[in-house]
Amino acid sequence: MLLIYCPYCEEERSELEFRNAGDAHIVRPANIAEISDEEFEEFFFLRQNPKGLIFERWRHIHGCGRFFNAARDTVSDRFYTTYKAGEPKPDVAAILKGEQDKGAAR
Amino acid sequence: MADLATATRNAALTTRGGFAEVVLTPAPAASRLSLRAGADALPGLSAALGVTLPTRPKTSALSGKRHALWLGPDEWLLIDEGEGDLMAAAASSGTLHSSVDVSHRNVAVIVSGPGAEVAINSGCPQDLSLPIFPVGACSRTILGKVEIVLSRIAEDTFRVECWRSFSPYVFGMLSEGAADAGH
Repeated sequence: MLLIYCPYCEEERSELEFRNAGDAHIVRPANIAEISDEEFEEFFFLRQNPKGLIFERWRHIHGCGRFFNAARDTVSDRFYTTYKAGEPKPDVAAILKGEQDKGAAR
Repeated sequence: MADLATATRNAALTTRGGFAEVVLTPAPAASRLSLRAGADALPGLSAALGVTLPTRPKTSALSGKRHALWLGPDEWLLIDEGEGDLMAAAASSGTLHSSVDVSHRNVAVIVSGPGAEVAINSGCPQDLSLPIFPVGACSRTILGKVEIVLSRIAEDTFRVECWRSFSPYVFGMLSEGAADAGH
């Protein structure tokens, strides 16, 4: 069972209490009525589906009910970090370097 | 195949007389309020309701027969086991908030006894040991397939709130857990 740290409950909880809510940091265009179909498709449907590090929204639906963001590895399912909704996207290089240091320490 | 030799089979009605380690009791009727409010409304609401709304995760407050349970950063469950009118109290606060009377949506099961932790942990993934989940702690979580609001009202006593239509399932899950708690 995965344990996911909820930044609002300030505690690690079982994955059973959470739901995935898709990619994080997708900004809705302010001029949504004026953009072209292609631009709307890009915003609404197209995602990268990367192998490795991904930033996602998660919801602690059976807990505090809050959406938050998480940096997760799509291969190992490992959660690198979680942070509150609205906070800036963490630096990818810093996350990966932190992981390397942890790996070296082991 | 060796494991089969040690398997035991319980008779179907073994546990009908109750359990050695756990007592399951349907809680008496109570009035309940689902409350959503921002931080600036808290002092007014706390004064009107007569109980200080907790702001720390997983904590609750108790004043007389009135409990206030933290569910989320702006969400509380209020339970009044007395005669108090929660809706009227919230309405008199003069603050911007959302309150919904959910008295008949929820029912509660009181789980008590030395095996209470084990019985609840049979379907709930949270760490219920005393240092992590002390008396007064509360949390919305899951039990088996349903959502519950769990609070610890004494060292060996928990209150399990669930939706009314889920209560046969919850009572059944807890009964199974209670039957296993003695093993």
